Amino acid sequence: MKKLLLPSLLILALGACGTTQEETAAVTDADSQQTGVKPVDVTRGTGPGDLPAWVNDPSRNSVFFDYDSFVIRSDARPIIDAHAQLLAQQPTRKVTIQGNADERGSREYNLALGQKRAEAVRSALRRQGANDMQIEAVSLGKEHPRCTASTETCYAENRRGDFVYLR
Amino acid sequence: MSKIHVLSIIRLLSTHYAMNNITIFSRIRTVFGSLSRLACTLLLACLAAGAHAQLDITVTGSGERLFPLIVPIFENEGSLPNSVSEVVRADLERSGLFRLIDISPLTLPESRPPDLAAMTARGAHAVVTASVVGSSGGRHEIRLRLFDTTRGEIGGMSIQMSPAQYRLTGHRIADYIYEKLTGIPGYFSTRIAYVVKNSQRYELHIADSDGMNPQPALRSPESIISPKWSPDGEQLAYVSFEARKPVIYIHTLATGQRRVLANFKGSNSAPAWAPDGRRLAVVLTKDGLSQIYLINADGSGARRLMTSSGIDTEPAWSPDGSSIYFTSDRGGSPQIYRFNVAGGGADRITFEGSYNVTPRPSPDGKKLTFMTRHDGHFRIAVLDLASRQTTILTDSSRDESPSFAPNSNMILYATVAGGKGMLSAVSVDGQIKQRLSIQAADVREPAWGPLLK
Repeated sequence: MKKLLLPSLLILALGACGTTQEETAAVTDADSQQTGVKPVDVTRGTGPGDLPAWVNDPSRNSVFFDYDSFVIRSDARPIIDAHAQLLAQQPTRKVTIQGNADERGSREYNLALGQKRAEAVRSALRRQGANDMQIEAVSLGKEHPRCTASTETCYAENRRGDFVYLR
Repeated sequence: MSKIHVLSIIRLLSTHYAMNNITIFSRIRTVFGSLSRLACTLLLACLAAGAHAQLDITVTGSGERLFPLIVPIFENEGSLPNSVSEVVRADLERSGLFRLIDISPLTLPESRPPDLAAMTARGAHAVVTASVVGSSGGRHEIRLRLFDTTRGEIGGMSIQMSPAQYRLTGHRIADYIYEKLTGIPGYFSTRIAYVVKNSQRYELHIADSDGMNPQPALRSPESIISPKWSPDGEQLAYVSFEARKPVIYIHTLATGQRRVLANFKGSNSAPAWAPDGRRLAVVLTKDGLSQIYLINADGSGARRLMTSSGIDTEPAWSPDGSSIYFTSDRGGSPQIYRFNVAGGGADRITFEGSYNVTPRPSPDGKKLTFMTRHDGHFRIAVLDLASRQTTILTDSSRDESPSFAPNSNMILYATVAGGKGMLSAVSVDGQIKQRLSIQAADVREPAWGPLLK
């Protein structure tokens, strides 16, 4: 109701003022605001802002873990800090942390291990100021190995947390 | 897809001699007691035919002296488009308990008592007589009697079938003979589920327990794990990664209808049907690490069952529904625990070694199979719950996902050979080993379905 009343009152007030015989016309700034068109571009999503190119850099969108460990290594710190900063700058931006495990052991237990790694990354992001609502920690267990040989190098590459952003 | 388990009618005929099953079973055990160390390999020709590759089954580890049995070609079997007796013989032979004596082209009509002296002379300890009789409306009836060569008739049955049901009919007859001679229910008319990986495509397959008649239930570009049969054998719960995260689905096989059981924030995995089929134990991470929850089969009412500061996963119900076995790292290394559903704490079940996971209790509740790490190798073990005795049953290095046959006597599991996943089965005493493989495909995540009444 209030929204309808206000313009009506304005019209009444204007009418009361406009008692001169001559009609005058004036183009005001207010008029151009009414007729102007502000373009909206959703071709890149209605999202929270541009996703910086560095998030696609493989050296900056994964963190690695030691065998049977869920501790964030020191070499992972700058990576986590950068992602936390991005999430703080773009508060509606969402990220999925995908935890992974090497091929040894049962599929379900490895799924739980991958989850524990994803959770470790999530906690670290929160400590750096990211909002919990922005982060989903999931696990792919040993189902998505980046490297498929049964070697220690491969295992190390598969003990990993990945940052995955929606476009 | 037509419903595979369209019930055939089984009714018992007269049992003239009240034969004690235990007697014959103990005879089989005696034969096993004197097993030769020489392993023989029976390669059953389950040749790949048609669009879907079949599982080839190899039986190893049986002795040279098995229970000798005659299952002849049925009288009038030529009136059927496919042989039923061939399915019966293959099932019994594959069980690793029997040696089938071939008397073809001789048939032994059900209507006449067999010449037991002549059959004994051929080395048989038991003989089947069987005929295909009458057919009406495209249906046939098979009548069959079972004889012990020293004690006479020990049982008989009649089964009605349509020609298309020749495999299921053969499996049901094999189940009957197996149970009569061993005292243990057969498992041939059951089905198995498993996942086939072909390059980057995953398929959930359902096959007969002999690996024949495989049918794809689901095709996906992403992994599928942890298939679990509903107690009525009509549905499968499984974890699919098609949404780029683990989500639990329930899939009705006959209709192909599938619905999401659990898709909470985080990971959703390790479904386990309660014996009543109305609830499932699942693993969710919505409150942090992997923890066990109870959820109704319609996806409602998820509630946390236990709280630990570490990983709790791989729940499996005891057959009476009173407790849940699970894997937990609460003690520092992954071990198996048991939790009383009515309340109370969790008891640790495994103590040997630093990696014991994937607990699966036997349907009779007497044993627990699990995956164990031994000298760096992953193997399948079985624990006798009464004596607390653990036996390691397998000897390769990447054995996982054990699943009991419904008669509690065999364990199906996944293994890797030549860089390729395949399925194997081992008897709970470790004596009989079977290998199920598909040429050029990676097979994993087996689940043995329930006995259908």
